[in-house]
Amino acid sequence: MTFDRKIEDVGLERGVSRLTPERIETTIRSVLEGETGAKLKVYAETCMHCGLCSEACHYYMSHDGDPTYSPAGKVQQTLGEILRKNCKVDGEFVYQMAQIAYTECNLCRRCVHFCPVGIDTGYIMSTMRRICHKLGVTPQYIQDTAHSHSATMNQMWLKDDEWIDTLQWQEDEARDELPDLRIPIHKEGADIYYSVIAPEPKFRTQLIYQAAYIFNVAGVDFTMPADPGWDNSDMCMFSGDFEMMGRLKKRHFESALDLKCKRIVMGECGHAFRSIYDNGNRWDGWDMYPIEVIHSVEFFWDLISSGKIKIAEKFKEPITIHDPCNIIRGRGLMEQSRKLAHALCENVVEMTPNLEHNYCCAAGGGVINCGPPFKNVRMTGNRVKAEQLKATGVKTILAPCHNCHGGLEDLVHYYELGMDIKFFGDLIYELMEKPEVE
Amino acid sequence: MPDASTWDWNPGKREVQDVGSWSDKFEWVEEFHASPDGEKVGAVVKTGEMEFTSCVNGEAWDEKFDRVFYSRFSPDGRLTGIAQSEGEWTLCVDGQNWPEMYGYIWDTKFGPDGSIICAVQQDMEYGMGVDGVLWEKFYENANNFSVAPDGKNTAAAVQVASTPQADIDLFQKGLYSVAVNGEAWDTVFMNCYTPVFDAESKRVACQVRRTLYDYTIAVDGKIWQREFQCVWDPCFNPVTGVVAAPVRLGGAWTMAQDGEVAWGKTFAQCWHQQFSADGNNLWAIVAPSFGKFTVAKNGDAWSVVSPVVVDLAVSPDGNRAAALGKDGYDYSVIVDGNRWSGSFAMAWKPVFSPDSSHVAAKVEKNGSFTVVLDGKPYSEEFDQCFEPVFSPCSQKVLIPAIKDGKFQRIVANVSDF
Repeated sequence: MTFDRKIEDVGLERGVSRLTPERIETTIRSVLEGETGAKLKVYAETCMHCGLCSEACHYYMSHDGDPTYSPAGKVQQTLGEILRKNCKVDGEFVYQMAQIAYTECNLCRRCVHFCPVGIDTGYIMSTMRRICHKLGVTPQYIQDTAHSHSATMNQMWLKDDEWIDTLQWQEDEARDELPDLRIPIHKEGADIYYSVIAPEPKFRTQLIYQAAYIFNVAGVDFTMPADPGWDNSDMCMFSGDFEMMGRLKKRHFESALDLKCKRIVMGECGHAFRSIYDNGNRWDGWDMYPIEVIHSVEFFWDLISSGKIKIAEKFKEPITIHDPCNIIRGRGLMEQSRKLAHALCENVVEMTPNLEHNYCCAAGGGVINCGPPFKNVRMTGNRVKAEQLKATGVKTILAPCHNCHGGLEDLVHYYELGMDIKFFGDLIYELMEKPEVE
Repeated sequence: MPDASTWDWNPGKREVQDVGSWSDKFEWVEEFHASPDGEKVGAVVKTGEMEFTSCVNGEAWDEKFDRVFYSRFSPDGRLTGIAQSEGEWTLCVDGQNWPEMYGYIWDTKFGPDGSIICAVQQDMEYGMGVDGVLWEKFYENANNFSVAPDGKNTAAAVQVASTPQADIDLFQKGLYSVAVNGEAWDTVFMNCYTPVFDAESKRVACQVRRTLYDYTIAVDGKIWQREFQCVWDPCFNPVTGVVAAPVRLGGAWTMAQDGEVAWGKTFAQCWHQQFSADGNNLWAIVAPSFGKFTVAKNGDAWSVVSPVVVDLAVSPDGNRAAALGKDGYDYSVIVDGNRWSGSFAMAWKPVFSPDSSHVAAKVEKNGSFTVVLDGKPYSEEFDQCFEPVFSPCSQKVLIPAIKDGKFQRIVANVSDF
């Protein structure tokens, strides 16, 4: 297989320039021998090269069946080469490995559903990223995001006061509409600890407004913390910096535990959920989350099905629903998301394929966080998603995940699909019965 | 610390305030807070259109604000609230404002002498203020705010240099340090976390991240000789001044002191360590195996385990400890390696009596609150109760509580449980 699509990136170039053959070999061995075990070995030894995973991957499908984009092909170009060469690979190989692992695999795990022996290519690519992180070869922008996490405990370089100020600003805004509305800050003993990802206070403050409005109308006893830990996101999990991943999750969970809240409800994000129930929690030694975590899709459905929120009028236009990998394949929320969609909309048009077999947005897994150099990788690598969206014939997409929003928005513009993208929170706020205010 | 011997320890129940009537006086009443001695109850209240203040024992502060939040009683019984007027902020203490208005103010902390400390942003620079006196030097960013045991000295992780957007090279050369009373250490690191003072309020230790992969502890700016895969919050031995911190080696956690591994055992996790007052025992929350947490004394773990263990408390004599176990939705209280019978929807950090003989904890069950002492619940449940305080003689327990709209102050004998 030839690798003919190298993309210039400051982080990858700088990282490779500092490598020595000894450091590469020692680092790869330390990860393979010290941090992986039977799982990786079994995966490496049992792949039958049957090719059934190929058509599971949006990159392969979007590149007209180029085998270098197939899951097994990407494993062969990374782990396979490492094993064949007994860890004696050069800097140019590391660059290629980093580009493949960080930008040509969304860790969406669709391929797992197509592998007859259940190989988790997402795990293999995560391990390649871990090696790249340990070698200091990471794309510039995702590394910058990891630095933000490390310095501020959030991914958007928000300073401590900027977070609280934003909550209070949104509270003020919402009080124009609902005068008694509160966003209780750092309220000990609240039933719900509501956490969001940092793009919400940074760019999508309307989501905080809307959630606060919905919670207030529903009578939810909630709080949002005043201290770092409020950001449930985790790009360090995707950059391969597992130590920082553990630090972030420790802060997030302990923030909620210290406030004596009973449950964490998190906003409409996908990847954060993966960090909370699968990766970050386990690096910290918890075999499941130490405090129950509920995704907004589940929580919103609970509010509507229990009658705490009533829908005044359903969304009339046809709408399609996108299944984010981390909350559908990862958490199994396809049923709740459908119930919620049908409770809100008169005409839900399913994509094909859908549910756990839906195509990825190509933004998740940290790929969108790798920044502008790799935007075209996402666009050309997800033509199949654009075709899938277009085939629905509708103009509105429901997507309960921030990364999916980013990825789908880019696709809609790139392929000129003319579609609008909404969160569940957008629709609920728009369609719910609102109390009369004097 | 406040002198609890001056408090009213006469056994019995006394109604302090009819908080139920507050809703007739104000447009709304936020969360109630009780003073440590149980003599006062306070809350943020809305007094009019975009007009807020605090109310203590039924008396509202004179000054009204656009907003009041982070309402807290100081250890000596003064109610503090962070208050906003015309876009600027101050700390209001019992109705009196700090001398200046600030760009932002948050994260209130207290010293044992009654000092009140806040994180402050002024003109988009960050630092700390003690009783309204700010650090002379502020920084581009500051976080991880810390107060010394004397309540006078303060420290924070600070950003000492600017960086262009997404300059990962410059970031990795180090931009962060620790400022003590506003003066930053000479050394810079990639990251600094959780600065902590020694018992004399002079030395400061913190976690540092030297490279993307190397973590260690710095004490007064000087790093330990050894680096680790990860570290957690350090603490000082109050008697010897030795610094202890959990460290990760080879994928497992253990305890290090002054840079050397101190415990012969490793764990799947080790954190929240705490020295006894005499410095002889070092307690910590540990996970002897993945997913199973407990408490260890000097590296020896209790046999009782839970999926989650939090809120470690060490007795004044240093020989006993208590913590909360959590299994699914159920909290339990674990003392000296034994789990009290019964489980709770929520539990708060256990409290030891001054003579170390008794343990009490605030708990919630079926939506009601009470206090459990040595495993036995108090005879009455409340709509809300606050964390218990033992009398200096260790034979009585103060339970501030709210029931049926009445804030009451209960002094119970230990024998009442």
